[in-house]
Amino acid sequence: MEIWAGITEAFWLLITLDADLVEITLRSLYVTLTALLIASAIALPLGALLAVRRFRARRLTIAVLNALMGLPPVVVGLIVYVMLSRSGPFGVLGLLFTPTAMIIAQVIIIVPLIVSIAHQALRELWSDYHDLLISMNTTQTQRIQALLWDGRRALLTASLAGFGRAIGEVGAIMVVGGNIDHHTRVLTTAIALETGKGEFALALGLGFVLIAMAIAVNLAIHVISRTERGGRW
Amino acid sequence: MSNLFPVKLEGALVRRAGTTLVGPLNLELQANGVTVVLGPNGAGKTSLLRMMHGIARLGGGRIDWACSPEEARVSQAFVFQQPIMMRRSVLDNIAYPLRLSGLSRVKAKVVAAQAAADVGLGDMLDRPAPFLSGGERQKLALARALVTKPKLLFLDEPCASLDGRATREIEEILNRAAGHGTRLIMSTHDMGQARRLATEVLFLLNGNVYEHSSAEAFFGGASTAKAQAFLNGDIVE
Repeated sequence: MEIWAGITEAFWLLITLDADLVEITLRSLYVTLTALLIASAIALPLGALLAVRRFRARRLTIAVLNALMGLPPVVVGLIVYVMLSRSGPFGVLGLLFTPTAMIIAQVIIIVPLIVSIAHQALRELWSDYHDLLISMNTTQTQRIQALLWDGRRALLTASLAGFGRAIGEVGAIMVVGGNIDHHTRVLTTAIALETGKGEFALALGLGFVLIAMAIAVNLAIHVISRTERGGRW
Repeated sequence: MSNLFPVKLEGALVRRAGTTLVGPLNLELQANGVTVVLGPNGAGKTSLLRMMHGIARLGGGRIDWACSPEEARVSQAFVFQQPIMMRRSVLDNIAYPLRLSGLSRVKAKVVAAQAAADVGLGDMLDRPAPFLSGGERQKLALARALVTKPKLLFLDEPCASLDGRATREIEEILNRAAGHGTRLIMSTHDMGQARRLATEVLFLLNGNVYEHSSAEAFFGGASTAKAQAFLNGDIVE
């Protein structure tokens, strides 16, 4: 029965365009998409570099990154908290309990995930391209560019996996954001709060909105990338 | 204008995992013609081409081009037995080496479109390259290799697993390239193709050059027993 009440609640929240709901939904999107953009900018070239370049600590790096995919968000949150707190090394920036702090935490959480998936995909592409690109005297940068461009469909999947992890994440952003109303409250932290208060219908409603939004973003990105051209990679 | 040839190989060899794939070879190739590398499977034909092109690491000896090694590298191209299709359109595949050499996107596409037309791919510029047929792939690989006007083109069994018509078209393209002054060094399994294209034959067996002679001399009557046996269609080892 509670599920049904949740669906009804979600429906009403959406129909009435509840101001609080719109605000925290937009904040969720802002935090996660910004984190995703930054993380992708770091992780995708890194994944390509790991595919292209043979260096001594390569295996170790890959193993560590794979292990970091399972990084506990709460611990990341805690570390970022300590770094950003007044007495921490970055305390002067005054970033604790701001959306920026939440973005930092999410970037740390999803970079290893995106690197690992990107590396996995680009490794195969590189084994296809290896002889050709060596034969053409490409520089390392040119090789990375070719892999990133031609592997863009696979890389999209890597980024979407990162989005999925970031949008549903609650532990780290609760710690560094503080779930402050009208300031750092996002969908996941609001759900945690409402559940704690026993407002299951509202919590469920928010949950359905979150799921709907995650699906909408995934679909939107796929549609955008398919219209781009070719559409088969 | 520097020339690649004559190229001299002195004791050049390629090793992998302790076994010597080809060499040590002492060889000198001159500037003109079409060199066809013949030999049974495992004779080291592919390794020889890859070694000369510089994508297989030289395990010993030396290769001396008439110019610097860097110049030599940029004036050669290689067509692989399994053509490597980049995951982009036919046009973008052919334009890629031009873009690498610093040509603008627009100019590269114009030149690439012409190169595609030259090999008969003019009406499929926007097709994704990985979806081409075997013959079309090989033509694309040729166009991509020739678009930078290399002085030397290596071909590793370019017509393996192609039908007669595709083979004929590829050979026409090769003849035209040779006519424009591109030096060709190719390996093949197809004796007919060797007779049609070769001006010079390298017969390889067990990683060593058994015979290096003009095409007429080789097909007129090989001077070594092994080569003659190979010509007769016997199994040589």
